[in-house]
Amino acid sequence: MAEHVADTAGHAGLPAADVAREWLETMTLIRRFEERAGEMYAKAKVGGFLHLAIGEEATIVGSTRALRDADYLISTYRSHGHTLARGSDPNRVMAELFGRVDGLCKGRGGSMHMFDLEKRFMGGYGIVGGNLPIAAGFALASDYLGLDEATLCQFGDGASNQGTFGETMNLAALWSLPVVFMITNNRFGMGTALERHSAMTDLLRKGEGFGVPGMRCDGMDVIDTYNVTSEALRIAREERRPVLVEALTYRFRGHSMADPEEYRTKEQVDEWRKRDPLVVFGDQLVAAGILDDAARAQVDHDAIARVDAAVAFADASPHPGPNALYDDIYVLGDQVRGWYSVDERTPTPHRGEDERGMDRADLPFSDEHAATQTPSDAARADAD
Amino acid sequence: MAVMRYREALNAALREEMARDPNVLLMGEDIGVFNGAFKVTAGLLEEFGEKRVRDTPISENTIVGMGVGAAMTGLRPVVELMTINFSLLAMDQIVNHAATIRYMFGGQVKVPLVVRMPQGAGHQLGPTHSHSWEALFLHVPGLLVAVPTTAADAKGLLKSAIRDDNPVVFIEHEYLYGQRGEVPDDDDFTVRFGEAAIRREGTDVTIVGISRMALTAARAARTLSDKHGIEAEVIDPRTLRPLDLDTILESVRKTNRCVIVEEGWPHGGVGANLAALITEQAFDELDAPIERVTGADVPMPYSKPLEQIAFPHEQQIIDAVLHSVGER
Repeated sequence: MAEHVADTAGHAGLPAADVAREWLETMTLIRRFEERAGEMYAKAKVGGFLHLAIGEEATIVGSTRALRDADYLISTYRSHGHTLARGSDPNRVMAELFGRVDGLCKGRGGSMHMFDLEKRFMGGYGIVGGNLPIAAGFALASDYLGLDEATLCQFGDGASNQGTFGETMNLAALWSLPVVFMITNNRFGMGTALERHSAMTDLLRKGEGFGVPGMRCDGMDVIDTYNVTSEALRIAREERRPVLVEALTYRFRGHSMADPEEYRTKEQVDEWRKRDPLVVFGDQLVAAGILDDAARAQVDHDAIARVDAAVAFADASPHPGPNALYDDIYVLGDQVRGWYSVDERTPTPHRGEDERGMDRADLPFSDEHAATQTPSDAARADAD
Repeated sequence: MAVMRYREALNAALREEMARDPNVLLMGEDIGVFNGAFKVTAGLLEEFGEKRVRDTPISENTIVGMGVGAAMTGLRPVVELMTINFSLLAMDQIVNHAATIRYMFGGQVKVPLVVRMPQGAGHQLGPTHSHSWEALFLHVPGLLVAVPTTAADAKGLLKSAIRDDNPVVFIEHEYLYGQRGEVPDDDDFTVRFGEAAIRREGTDVTIVGISRMALTAARAARTLSDKHGIEAEVIDPRTLRPLDLDTILESVRKTNRCVIVEEGWPHGGVGANLAALITEQAFDELDAPIERVTGADVPMPYSKPLEQIAFPHEQQIIDAVLHSVGER
């Protein structure tokens, strides 16, 4: 590990006490949130895929704290931590995992597709590499409108092999866009190790041929991540050129909850766990006298309480009713309604459509039924 | 009214909307210094400058994706793809992102993006530059799809597309770029999406023509009238999402027969979809099976004689109509 971080910006001192404490609080919130999300997945409260960021908290918080409120953050399918770090309400993040109406995206996106416009968290995206061009588009808009905003685009080491990586690096450099690309290098593209998926394993150099200089930070160190990201954002904002930052980190859990982890050794995981960012940073704060042991325990206690509240909130929030199925596909403006989508046609329903009974309460997915069980719950119960 | 070519009408729409809204910008390959592969953007770089008329590298998926991002954060980008075949390189951004983002994120953002692209056969451009794929985009909820045929519609629909808050796939036709037509002078002339045009009134059969095929259908209708005494009603839907199904159904209820003409492939095509809708809604009104005239079910060949028989012409439409009315 040490040789990989030799060229980082170096370990600067701790930030102010209240700042340092908030960083630890947020990292702890993410950790406890992810753990509970995993438990809720096992209980079938959460459906689909669930990708946890346990182990990556320093990368998330260090980079996110380098942003200004008006800056844009865009991420991947592993984005609960990013939206929490931007300040999204944990209740609504958990409700989204539960697929409920009070979720950030009204239960339409789920784990992989968080979004909180108010916090300028511009989305989790399920297509690897799909978010890079979109990030450049945010930066284009900021630049075009003459606004002093920058964009931070997070993606994994696996995404650096997508065509959009090279295309977006080139365009962002060509057009001098204020965007920082951050590779969260957790050493695996799903189950394929870095050296088995990328010929160039010094990922910070992967943008050089496109005119995007690289920097590297120790993604297990929140302070180093903050410092390096801050400098990258400064370059993007002030010098009007994109920067690629490689954050070296590790996820302690599998790629998703459906991952037997046959591609790595327990010893490797244990080695990285020794660098657990929560433990390391917490120890630093205690050593610096910012927290005593009781206060440190309180941070953890508070995070657990918030996560408990989030689970209770999510559980109490209703499933979307059947009438919500066609909401928000289109912005209905001046155009003729016509046949946009099955349920948004002419004022007079065509034959067949009025017999669909979308409003009937006895549909299998009505509010009443959904409040207790979803089809996926039922499927899982059958499988048990 | 001014007479102008289809490409000039598109150019006028872009110019007027850029003048009207400073947040409209153009991105595409060779749209600036080169003036556009089909000259649709001619003169716009000179008029609006490099900030608003942006030549891009050959990176279709990223150009469209940047358009998506910029549209989410306040701009109204118009992206040009050089042919519809190249749009497949951008399918991830068009389908997984542009069409999906508003819904997936619970309505928090809109994506007012226009992606323009020409389609169509007849120029011996072979299997990677000649297809007609409105059906691919018609399939996707979240997109609007326009297929203008006349110069007036090209202008009016493009202006509507730019002003609309939804992502629009705007499908032009290479053959039509040089066609002339009357276009209203009014800068605020627009054509609303979801309103079909009845190109010719008739009582004996309804012909629905998509994109260029609306013109071919109109020619066939004149011949049918002159030589066979059959009065066809020709409908150009102009947009496929939203689709003005009511106008088509009203016509079918009058004529009791329907022929659908498209340049694209038959399986899963516009005609297949429309035939299903008409059958669902007006089965009892039909006196004959719905006929489809489509492009051949092959990649477009280069050979001129092969290419010419691989997309519909007037005679095939006439044959289909005669078959529908029981004369053949």
